[in-house]
Amino acid sequence: MPETPSPNHGFPGRLLVFEGLDGSGKSTQAALLGKWLQSKGYRVFFTEWNSSELVSSTIRRGKKKGLLTPTTFSLLHAVDFADRFERKILPPLRAGYLVVCDRYAYTAFVRDAARGCDPAWVRTIYSFAPRPDRVFYFRVPVAVTLRRKLASRLKMNYYEAGMDLGLSDDLVESYTRFQGRLKHEYDRLSKFDDFRIIDATRSVEAIQAQLRADLKPMLTKFPTGVRLTHDG
Amino acid sequence: MTDRTYGTRLPRMPEETLVGKLIVVEGADGSGRTTEVNLLREWLEVEGHAVVDTGLRRSDLVSDEIDRAKQGHTLAPTTMALLYAADFADQLENKIIPALAAGSTVLADRYIYTLMARAIVRGASREYARHLYGFAVRPDLIVFLDARPEILLHRSIGKYGSLDYWESGMDLCLSRDLFESFFLYQELLSKEFAWMATDYGFHYVDANRMPEQVHADFQRLVAPLYGARSVAPRRPSRGRPRSVSRVPRRAASA
Repeated sequence: MPETPSPNHGFPGRLLVFEGLDGSGKSTQAALLGKWLQSKGYRVFFTEWNSSELVSSTIRRGKKKGLLTPTTFSLLHAVDFADRFERKILPPLRAGYLVVCDRYAYTAFVRDAARGCDPAWVRTIYSFAPRPDRVFYFRVPVAVTLRRKLASRLKMNYYEAGMDLGLSDDLVESYTRFQGRLKHEYDRLSKFDDFRIIDATRSVEAIQAQLRADLKPMLTKFPTGVRLTHDG
Repeated sequence: MTDRTYGTRLPRMPEETLVGKLIVVEGADGSGRTTEVNLLREWLEVEGHAVVDTGLRRSDLVSDEIDRAKQGHTLAPTTMALLYAADFADQLENKIIPALAAGSTVLADRYIYTLMARAIVRGASREYARHLYGFAVRPDLIVFLDARPEILLHRSIGKYGSLDYWESGMDLCLSRDLFESFFLYQELLSKEFAWMATDYGFHYVDANRMPEQVHADFQRLVAPLYGARSVAPRRPSRGRPRSVSRVPRRAASA
């Protein structure tokens, strides 16, 4: 079974996706871009990864008790994404919105591959998720995200550090190695899935300007409409 | 290592060979699955084999979510299919594979085929269902208990006093009439089981008969898995039952 990209959606809306490692700055940029698009009068819908209610308690419980294997981890996140896709992404896409996603199925592709799942299998189970109109990949060295992480004193969580894989007993060491695997996988996908690579070591302003310039040609043909709300 | 599964590598497959036997019993509700599994278990244990039995939706990982989702009836088909797959994966990795690695016989009261058929009649494509369950361990034997819908109907009414909402596929809105929905739903399912029978190698057993007669067929199918010499059927067999290893006619036309 070959690894194949999902087909295009064909809906009137546009799907704009932000991907990258934790600490790459993509959420900040997605929020800024959303603000700008709204100010221009576009109908914008903003959505984040992992915000569905359905299985989040199970995922939390499973993670806490260490019950999850790479396969169940992958499938539960797929359940979560499928539910969110159906409720939050698909309706605005069909209704003609600019849907801005802070992470999309690619997050699952890289995480699951880093945990040893068969990449072609992961692609298949996410085949309901169409190919976005644009994927911005915030590329950054792992050392930079680690510095940002340590500086912000955010707690490093067990799964984010890939501790379930037994790469190292040391949290920081495990984090570095696991995030390195994720980056490797993102880099691999960036060619395969035609990502726009964003050098995320630059200033916030420089990156935002690049994103806006990149989207201009797509937006000239896109209708503006009533100002709209966002996903809570 | 994909030879023990349906094509998808499982990240945590143990190094050692899965020496135990995996025997799957499939069939609709009321086809006598549970009765046959119990008889088979008893017989295998008497013969000296360690037996672990397993069914669908018995893991504690997501069964609450499945129950909740069923009450709400609100999930899209793909979401539901993935939720069932997560539940199955949990049992496969935490129960079935360890038991097989330890040399036990695992008796599965339904397996991925029921999950696939249910997902497909609710809108998933055959390809999607097949790939979704690509990580499942290939059974050593799959027996399909084939019973006429009328028999299923009577057994179901005998058991529940009525027809079960889900076993009648009422969520599919095939008909507002429970009775009619039951027949339409069973028809849809058997169409899916028919192509799987060929692709996955089911052994059909005529389940319109008494439990003991069906059990005798089971013994004849199961004995060779352990080397026919060590396990001899108690009752002298009167030739191969005509129903065994034969895919019914409707399978061929599908």
